[in-house]
Formats: sequence, structure tokens, C-alpha cells
Amino acid sequence: MSLLSKKNMGFVKDPLMDNNPIATQVLGICSALAVTVQMQTAIVMSIAVIVVVSFSNVLISLIRNKVPSNIRIIVELAIVATLVILVDQVLKAFLYDISKQLSVFVGLIITNCIILGRAEAFALQNKPWPSFLDGVGNGLGYSMFLIAVAFGREILGSGSLLGFQLIPDAAYAAGYQNMGLMVLAPGAFILLGLLIWVQRTITGTVAD
Amino acid sequence: MENLISLFVESVFVNNILLAYFLGMCSFLAVSKRVDTAIGLGAAVIFVEVITVPTNWALHHYLLAPGALAWAGLPDVDLSFLGFISYIAVIAALVQLVEMIIDKYSPSLYSALGIFLPLIAVNCAILGASLFMVEREYTFVESAVFGLGSGTGFALAIAAMAAIREKLRYSHIPDGLRGLGITMLITGLMAMAFMSFSGISL
Repeated sequence: MSLLSKKNMGFVKDPLMDNNPIATQVLGICSALAVTVQMQTAIVMSIAVIVVVSFSNVLISLIRNKVPSNIRIIVELAIVATLVILVDQVLKAFLYDISKQLSVFVGLIITNCIILGRAEAFALQNKPWPSFLDGVGNGLGYSMFLIAVAFGREILGSGSLLGFQLIPDAAYAAGYQNMGLMVLAPGAFILLGLLIWVQRTITGTVAD
Repeated sequence: MENLISLFVESVFVNNILLAYFLGMCSFLAVSKRVDTAIGLGAAVIFVEVITVPTNWALHHYLLAPGALAWAGLPDVDLSFLGFISYIAVIAALVQLVEMIIDKYSPSLYSALGIFLPLIAVNCAILGASLFMVEREYTFVESAVFGLGSGTGFALAIAAMAAIREKLRYSHIPDGLRGLGITMLITGLMAMAFMSFSGISL
């Protein structure tokens, strides 16, 4: 079987829309909202999560037949925590300002439900390569929502994108105002709720 | 004392760990379908937070912080990079311990909490409270009060949400918005309501 066969690519594509970790599986919402005030932090967070979820999937898949099932949660947590420490140290070394802005939320990747959820649901039953692809796919699906929410919040809340001002000064002079609500917590909840509505309408998912 | 009371009120209402910092959303969404289970989970979270935050405080101050090992004759050692893995290990171990103690002394409470106890180990609100405690440099007493406050805030929010969702079952909602979508919108409105507490000065 080739490494990028149709079936394998399905592991990457499926979580992007039909089986999105945030909108459909309801995993990993905790951190999705906190880091989305600006695009920059959202992108860095996305990369961190993609790295952690794909490598934790590979590692857990490698040891899946060797760990007794009653201690597997603590083993998984130890693997994830180690990966998160690595990511955190790299961020502190190379992107210190952003790591300060992300504050506790890098550490909270450990308890991000996506990571343990995919480990339990996929990596424990599958070989390393499909697990890696599943991790990348779910990481990307998560990033998509994160970046969409951040896009809306930054443009509506601060009038800028990636730090560049987008709304012209003339608009402010004519009475346009930034939407303060978007910078605060409720804006994130409402925006994500609306995005989930759009996503579920497109995929046709109906909850009970 | 006043300082502690204001810290408590602030962590319950203004800086509610769920509505202002988005921590514990997963279990908030999964367990808020019925009021009694929501209250059970809320009580378990309060309980675990009150124990884990001060324990992690002690761990941080006597083992991990830069220079914390001075009492062992190692003033130059900085183990703070081991923070995440130690805190999560403490939380997982304490949750296990709490589970065994409750099972032994109060089987009725144990069966009421059911599967929520073990799940608390991976609840972001618990780890989040410990990480905030380190970042904001609380003292020991403050960390206990903060644990109690953030646990209470979580319990309050999840119980209120469960009550709303029980009523919501009878309403007409567009197909795509049902379930997660409408819950997020309501959470947003609830967060707005909680923000109005920030006008209270103590």
C-alpha cells in the first residue's frame, strides 16, 4: 500500500469538514477560544497543536500493543505532557513574545481533548502512519476553525489582520467603531456558535 | 482577609474560569444536558480544585521554581520546565486517591459522581487553575481560595447551563444550530451576563 493512497489521504481530508474535531466531534473547544483574539497567536497555537497531536498519535500507536489497558491513560498523558514541554521550550526560545501571550494555554494543550480523544479513538487501533495522518488531519481541522474565529475576531474587534490595520482611518473618521464585544469572551462564543451553524448546514449534520 | 474575599468573588464571577477563560468547555458541553448530573460534576470539580491547587503550589514552591531546591543544598537548580508533567501527574494521582477515599467512606456520593471523577483528571479547568496559580504567584492561602473560587465558578456556570438546556429541548431551533451551535450562543450570552459583575468593586 502506498503511503499516500486514497484511503490514507481520507484520514487527512475527513476531519477537515465532515468529521471536524471542533464542530462535529466537540473536542478541543477549551483552548480554541482563548487564543483567538489575534490571528498571530491562533496560527502559532494551531502549529503547536498539529505537532503535538500528530506525534503523540505516532508514539501512542507504536506502543499500543505493549501497554496494559488499565494504565494507558496515564501513559498517554505522560507522552503528551513530554511533547508539550518540548513545544513550550521551543516557543520560549524562539518566539518569546507570543509564548507570553499564549500564557497558560500552551500548557493546556496537555488536557486538550483532541489529543487524548484521537489517541483513544484512533491511535490505539491503528498503525503509526495512518495515525500520523489522522493527527495531521485533525490538527488541520482544528486549525481551520481556530483561524476562522481569529479572523473574525481580529477584523471586527481590532480592525486589523495579523497586526496590520485593515479598516482605513477614513472609516473611523466617518464614525465606524471597533466592536469591543469581539475582543472579549462572549464574542468568541457567539462567533464559534455561528461558524458551527454554517458548518453543520453545509455538511447536513443534525444533532438530536 | 478582605483580599481573600475579593479574590474569591473575582474568581467566581468576574474571572469565571469557564466563561472568561474558556477552560473546561469539553465537559461543560458534554455534561450539561441534565441538572442533577451537572451539579454532581460541579461538586466534584470544586472538591478536586481545592485539593490540587494548593498541592501544586507546594510542589512548585519546594521543588520546581528556580532556587526552590535551596533547602536541599541546590540553590542553582531550576526545574520549572518539568512543571506541566508534574502538575498533571499530581492531578491524576489525586483524582485517583479522591476516588478511592470517596468509594470507601461514601458509596452513595461515589455512585452519584459515577464516571465524572476519573474524567476530571483531563478537565482543562483543573490544570488551568494550577497553571494560573503559578503564573499569578499566589501565596498558599490565596491558592486554596482561588481553587475554591474557580471550582465554584465552574459549578455555577454548568448548573445554570444545564437548567437552560432542559428548557431548550422544547423550543424550535434551526436544524444546523441544534445541539452545539445554540449551546455556544447561549454560553456567549451567559458570559456577557457574568461580565457585568466586573462593575462590582470590593
